[in-house]
Amino acid sequence: MSRRISPVIPGFGLTLGYTLVYLSLIVLIPLAAMFVHAAQLTWDQFWAIITAPRVLAALQLSFGTAFVAAIINGVIGTVLAWVLVRYTFPGRKVIDAMIDLPFALPTAVAGIALTALYAPNGWIGQFATDLGFKIAYTPMGITLALTFVTLPFVVRTVQPVLADIPREVEEAAACLGAKPLQVFRYILVPALLPAWLTGFALAFARGVGEYGSVIFIAGNMPMKTEILPLLIMVKLDQYDYTGATAIGVMMLVVSFILLLIINLIQRRIETPS
Amino acid sequence: MSLRRYALAALASAIFAGSAVAKDYELLNVSYDPTRELYQDYNAEFTNFWKQSHPGDNVKIQQSHGGSGKQARGVIDGLRADVVTLALAGDIDEIAKLNKGSLPENWQTRLPDSSTPYTSTIVFLVRKGNPKGIKDWGDLVKNDVSVITPNPKTSGGARWNFLAAYAYGLKANGGDETKAKAYVKELFKHVPVLDTGARGSTITFVNNGQGDVLLAWENEAFLALKEDGGADKFEIVVPSLSILAEPPVAVVDKNAEKKGNAEIAKAYLEHLYSPAGQEIAAKNFYRPRDKDVAAKYAKQFPKLDLVTIDKDFGGWKTAQPKFFNDGGVFDQIYQGQ
Amino acid sequence: MSSSTVSAASAANAARRGSPGSRRTLIVLGWLFFIVFLLLPLLIVVSQGLKLGFGAFFDAILEPDALSALKLTIIAVVISVPLNLLFGVSAAWCVSKYSFRGKSILVTLIDLPFSVSPVIAGLVYVLMFGAQGFFGEWLQDHDIQIVFALPGIVLATIFVTVPFVARELIPLMQEQGTQEEEAARLLGANGWQMFWHVTVPNIKWGLIYGVVLCTARAMGEFGAVSVVSGHIRGVTNTLPLHVEILYNEYNHVAAFAVATLLLILALFILLLKQWSESRINRLRASAAEE
Repeated sequence: MSRRISPVIPGFGLTLGYTLVYLSLIVLIPLAAMFVHAAQLTWDQFWAIITAPRVLAALQLSFGTAFVAAIINGVIGTVLAWVLVRYTFPGRKVIDAMIDLPFALPTAVAGIALTALYAPNGWIGQFATDLGFKIAYTPMGITLALTFVTLPFVVRTVQPVLADIPREVEEAAACLGAKPLQVFRYILVPALLPAWLTGFALAFARGVGEYGSVIFIAGNMPMKTEILPLLIMVKLDQYDYTGATAIGVMMLVVSFILLLIINLIQRRIETPS
Repeated sequence: MSLRRYALAALASAIFAGSAVAKDYELLNVSYDPTRELYQDYNAEFTNFWKQSHPGDNVKIQQSHGGSGKQARGVIDGLRADVVTLALAGDIDEIAKLNKGSLPENWQTRLPDSSTPYTSTIVFLVRKGNPKGIKDWGDLVKNDVSVITPNPKTSGGARWNFLAAYAYGLKANGGDETKAKAYVKELFKHVPVLDTGARGSTITFVNNGQGDVLLAWENEAFLALKEDGGADKFEIVVPSLSILAEPPVAVVDKNAEKKGNAEIAKAYLEHLYSPAGQEIAAKNFYRPRDKDVAAKYAKQFPKLDLVTIDKDFGGWKTAQPKFFNDGGVFDQIYQGQ
Repeated sequence: MSSSTVSAASAANAARRGSPGSRRTLIVLGWLFFIVFLLLPLLIVVSQGLKLGFGAFFDAILEPDALSALKLTIIAVVISVPLNLLFGVSAAWCVSKYSFRGKSILVTLIDLPFSVSPVIAGLVYVLMFGAQGFFGEWLQDHDIQIVFALPGIVLATIFVTVPFVARELIPLMQEQGTQEEEAARLLGANGWQMFWHVTVPNIKWGLIYGVVLCTARAMGEFGAVSVVSGHIRGVTNTLPLHVEILYNEYNHVAAFAVATLLLILALFILLLKQWSESRINRLRASAAEE
């Protein structure tokens, strides 16, 4: 199946053209500049930079915490989207209005506030201290910061799709004798999954690169709580632009592949054979 | 006839006077984090000073603050600073090296005292009453002591901290480098959090209650005491030995010339060395170079042995790669853990 | 009314809303998540901002540097959001209404700015337009400043918010399919008529959500803008950068006060969205009654 233009809907050339031009100017050409810069390195030098033990430890940490945070958001976000769309209850509008606030809060402020909350003497952190563990300055703190920063993604991608599912479909299924779980499994999951995956992927991708909110709560200990973007900053502070762009290129390629996989899965769900 | 000549002469003198008097200057000073309060005061002083000899001029001084390395990078990448006032000479060296023609490589010889009009040092800030009994560097590696310092990779101040600790390690071990390295390695085992900047570390120590001792710029430590209630919660401990931190200043010729600020930029930095400038530095807890001003504020600044970057570490050109670049002494501390 | 239709109707209702027990559990859970993960951090910010009372709060946000930062932030938002809105609609259109080779790659490229670390997002523009960058010399010769000035700040803001509208619309438009548009065309509507009368009403909420998110994020962006700003006080500082400056000046109360101002601005936009939502719903309801 090659390119197929719906015979009656116009605008394919216009929209695709505009999309590509805009994307190139704003995103692709600048990113290409980074690749060009990193290309000053030989392959061996590049490989040596991205396989240094500290980089690998940071890679594991950044992708690991971002993944866990995205999973947490997948659960919390779905529950929030569900109750916001399906139920009326006291405070619904308040929650709905405030979900997006993490985006508007400068990430550095989020980092400072979360550290104040989860530091060993903070509002929540002190309970953890009583129980004998630490939240801030550990990977757990990083995960919490990322969960906060990316919270709106899943809610806001699932919410409109959920609101759009026609009432009749579920009611019809129920009238035909489907149990609530069956309705969920056979009607809601297929309808929501693409949006959910999108939200998950976006939260994950954003979490990997997040800097401002994490550096305050991470502790930044080499090999333990040092995130990839911090390593880029470290390289830049040594005026090592090529080294910085090498790590940037690596992050970009890994994120691109992961996003691509998720988008491919999504397409398979949408077009069942 | 004569009236007309008179009018012409008047006109000419008005034009001449106008061009000599009414000049608008917009000066950009790119500086590092802890100098905000200093330059806020100094800019007011300098504006007054300049207006005395150039009445009618409009002087507007813009400030930019950030991590020293980051600020230097900004200037390298085209931030149009007329003057830079950074934490380390090494950062200005990089500007001279990477932004060709911005300022000469020998910039440090253009002003007195290697272009460092004020100095500072590294001291300890501990909690009130000094519960852990911290007196000197040796106490920092005691079992239950936890130390807060920023990351030397990203913070200029932290590099001074690191070198001060290293200098102590050398002195305590009769100049044995291996043992000095072992000391700093042990010291960093006591560091639970490495913030990216000096102010981040101060927050971690002061607001979030982490650690028993904060390694800090002397001026930062004084500032923390000055903050609301700070003096009731913290006190300063002066170690037996520390490092003379020398924050340098320089005119970025290329930008200043382009903006027509060459003269005023030079005067701006030179005035830092005047008694008035030195007084402002001392009031903001920087150690003045001027003997008289230093004598006046002698009580404020405790005496201690100070090593210097040039004499004891061979200058930043040697120290930066040896200690802080990738694979340097600092990285070795965390390798093989 | 027979009992079987009653039970079927209640079953239908149960399917949609769940049993009362599970409903209560979910609502409580939603509240709990909301309080722990969202409300508490925000409360910290606001409580710190108001620690010294409203006087200090207003002093902080009415100070000239804060106002010039506010102005710069608004300029950056006003330029970047409409551009990204136009892009989002056009990208969602071609992705959801047609199938073509390389679509997954295009969608992934649209998402890419999310996965680019803000540090890198700023850095790429420095590599392009900085003094040492690809166009650095040319720009210097022509005395054009992009980084460390308004254009750089706007570019960085656009970069980090490119995907928002598109990302909001794509799943929605895919879910809706193309039948309605096809019907409109077959009934004789031209392209623009079809777009305005069929597509826009259908995607309205997604569109508004997208714009709201885009605006919120554009106002709050810190990392990327910080790299290209130059931090010149009163000139190239946006509100988030001004917060950082105040914080680094040990002026915590003012820092959190300005952060609170950002939150209030965002909340205002979000409430505007809700208000328009309920208003349109009311209009629609009254139209249905006639």
